[in-house]
Amino acid sequence: METTVGWREYIITRVIRVSGYSAVVFVLLIFLFLLRSGLPALREVRLSELLTTRWYPIEGYYGILPLLTGSLIVTVGATLIAVPFGVGTAIFISEISPRSVREVLKPLVELLGGLPSVVLGFLGILIIAPYIRILLQLNTGLAAFTGALLLAAIAIPTVVSVSEDALDSVPRSYREGAWALGATRWQTIWRVTLPAARSGVLTAVLLGVGRAIGETMAVMMVTGNAPVMATHLGSLFSPARTMTATIAAEMGEVATGSTHYHVLFFVGIVLFLISLLVNLTASAVVFRRRKREERVLS
Amino acid sequence: MRGRFALNRNLIQRLGFALLTLMAMATVIPILLVVGYILYKGLPAISWEFLTQFPTDGMRAGGIMPAIVGTVYLTILTTILCVPLGIAAAVYLAEYAPENNFTRSIRLALINLSGIPSVVYGLFGLGLFVVFMKLGTSILAASLTLSIMTLPVVISTAEEALRSVPQAFRTVSISLGATNWKTIRRIVLPEALPGIMTGVILGLERAVGETAPILFTGAVFYTPNLPTSPLSPTMALPYHLYVISTQVPEMPVEVQYGTALVLLVLVLGLNLVVTVIRSRARAKRQW
Repeated sequence: METTVGWREYIITRVIRVSGYSAVVFVLLIFLFLLRSGLPALREVRLSELLTTRWYPIEGYYGILPLLTGSLIVTVGATLIAVPFGVGTAIFISEISPRSVREVLKPLVELLGGLPSVVLGFLGILIIAPYIRILLQLNTGLAAFTGALLLAAIAIPTVVSVSEDALDSVPRSYREGAWALGATRWQTIWRVTLPAARSGVLTAVLLGVGRAIGETMAVMMVTGNAPVMATHLGSLFSPARTMTATIAAEMGEVATGSTHYHVLFFVGIVLFLISLLVNLTASAVVFRRRKREERVLS
Repeated sequence: MRGRFALNRNLIQRLGFALLTLMAMATVIPILLVVGYILYKGLPAISWEFLTQFPTDGMRAGGIMPAIVGTVYLTILTTILCVPLGIAAAVYLAEYAPENNFTRSIRLALINLSGIPSVVYGLFGLGLFVVFMKLGTSILAASLTLSIMTLPVVISTAEEALRSVPQAFRTVSISLGATNWKTIRRIVLPEALPGIMTGVILGLERAVGETAPILFTGAVFYTPNLPTSPLSPTMALPYHLYVISTQVPEMPVEVQYGTALVLLVLVLGLNLVVTVIRSRARAKRQW
């Protein structure tokens, strides 16, 4: 076979192979260029100064803790909303709704996934924030909670589609076994189907968290952008500022090569590493499950 | 005792189902409301003038034509840059890649690429394309950034489409004397085309609506002329919407809704194309 292959085939195969490697190349390139512009920050600002609670670059205060906690509080809020609603919707779509309803719901959830985050942020400013201000009697509706709500909307499509896949892949015989033993459909969902799909659902949650941490525009537009430390869950109801929003808001006005520029890239490295961690964990969950299945089946 | 237990079980089930139904509705109905509301508030702003004129009066009047044109340019260039590479990478993963650690690391890299925050792509584009390669704030730099961000979506959907082509097709083609590449080009790729198209469009849908990656790589607040080359900066719809809803004081709301509507129509239009391709492919499929 190999000997009859012409030179054209040889070249094309080579091109395809190199393209196949591109993903690895790009991940390395991204990390390299973040390091290249971000590591000088550690020379210009001491690490102990970076780990303080005051972010005020104009006067040389580069404490990134308020940004970290800002991202954290908004993400936790979003997860608390997105997980029950996302998993609930997935169960409804996969286990309860009749086929016709499912055919309507799935594209709708996909539609939500396609809405540009800037559009959600825009509606957040004009509609959701004023309502939240009145409803919760806050000083301003531009608070971490508003951001968390929008983030939940952005994370939900991921959570729904991945958990629905996981529920779908639970063999029908599991359910039939439970029904045959006299379990109701509800008991079957709760005690058989959901536990059997739990690693897939966990992956869904992690991927949703990953989306929430990385989201920029919607969060930047509605969280009020105040770099204050979020110390407890109550901070959800005051303004906050995430790492992503800080980069997006400040990078445009910063001189290339300045300390501020380097520190913003350093924040980018932190974000990159967090997303790496979340995604590696999510895929490790999937791989482990596959291994376990292989063991059970063999 | 037994009867009461059964009653309880059914009651619990009914309550549980009701709760889940409510949750699903609470998730889905706002989506319809959002789309409907933007349509309702945005339609009055849409006119021929709005779609074909430059903005005037500090964005408060006139049209949004340069932003529309800019987004179209960005989308076309992103497509050109990312689709061939994405499909080739998918072909490699589906047809050539051996099951070894290196292939596994490619998959991990893909998972990570798809999880990297969009603003980090923006930083990367700024560092590599704008500063290091000296492309400046330009359509080219922004499109390169967007195309790398879109790549994992294209690769993973295209790979899935290629894998769903039955193995027998390949076996038959090769047994008739076709080479590996001929089999892929004449048999596998055409069969997988609808699925690949779906992936490409889903990727573009993301690229059209993204703001963060183009913030510092290509988008500007205002240009008096349309971009003349790939090295010009450009206005873009999502960035324009961001600017007029946060940075311009006393911005008329209807212009904002009009802009949001145009962006939404572009994205939903692509979404619709995907749905149509999918259902037609499903109807045509005979295996």
